[in-house]
Amino acid sequence: MMTYTVTVTVRLKRGVLDPEAETTKRALERLGFELEALRSADRFEVDLDADSASAAADRADEMAERLLANPTIHDYNVEVEGEDPE
Amino acid sequence: MRTRNDDGFRGYDTNCRFPPQEVVAVTVAVVQFGGSNCDRDAVRALSHLGVDAERVWHEDGLPEDTEGIVVPGGFSYGDYLRAGAMAAHSPIMNAVRDAAADGVPVLGVCNGAQIGCEAGLTPGAFTTNASARFQCEYVHLRIENADTPWTAAYDEGEIVSVPIAHGEGRFEIANDRYDDLVADDRVLFRYCDADGNVTDDANPNGSKGNVAGILGQRETVAVLMPHPERASLPDLNRSVDGRGILQVFG
Repeated sequence: MMTYTVTVTVRLKRGVLDPEAETTKRALERLGFELEALRSADRFEVDLDADSASAAADRADEMAERLLANPTIHDYNVEVEGEDPE
Repeated sequence: MRTRNDDGFRGYDTNCRFPPQEVVAVTVAVVQFGGSNCDRDAVRALSHLGVDAERVWHEDGLPEDTEGIVVPGGFSYGDYLRAGAMAAHSPIMNAVRDAAADGVPVLGVCNGAQIGCEAGLTPGAFTTNASARFQCEYVHLRIENADTPWTAAYDEGEIVSVPIAHGEGRFEIANDRYDDLVADDRVLFRYCDADGNVTDDANPNGSKGNVAGILGQRETVAVLMPHPERASLPDLNRSVDGRGILQVFG
């Protein structure tokens, strides 16, 4: 077993309105920044023990499916830090 | 619970549980989570309609003789992660799902609607209002399908006035699933203007198709963002149009 840090990033599906991001974009524009678009996302960093990086990713995948993301409105991706031992 | 001690001080017990009561036959269980705040309103509105209703603390589970369930509004678990996400995964929701599968009427109101969708009792999701603001106002709803237990007191096309109070009430669902919902006649209420026109201007939160309330897989399961329990008491509420929705429990 090894400890892995898995990062789960949850974002709204393309086409789903993000009123908070729109509000943030307008606030940045009021500050004088020029920007085309702004998207927000939630990022979860999970430390867990697993036999391999892919096993760690599978666990995080299940976490996203069951709780961290809502499949109706969200897409998510999972990244594992660290290599599997040779 | 609200307490009043001898010197007249009125305050709120910090322990959210109720005092033990001799409950002989609980008919409707109003499920209270930490952060629920419409549980009392629901009990009072149901009691006013002559329905035996009791608040049930979520950790205590459903009483065995539960014949109806209300998941009330509020901010369960502080809306952590997403409104309703935490409560949807609490153990009592397994019991609610089982009861729903057995045909026990289940109504989710506001946060209860968000919990219902997160728990998979109903399709879609209620997410951040298009305005990005919390909105607390009376709205008009058009009864889309009067042939359900929740809307039997109304006529199809009837316009009712009921308040909303939410920051995350925008109904979202994939287009194909939305089409199925409409084709299956599972849309109960749509936001409309005073004349019953379903328009963008009458849509308080940007909900897809102005949808305010829907049925689950069974017609005995329903969720809606507006608050029927806040439109039930003639002495308190400017409208009592919400009573018909609660009459399913009568």
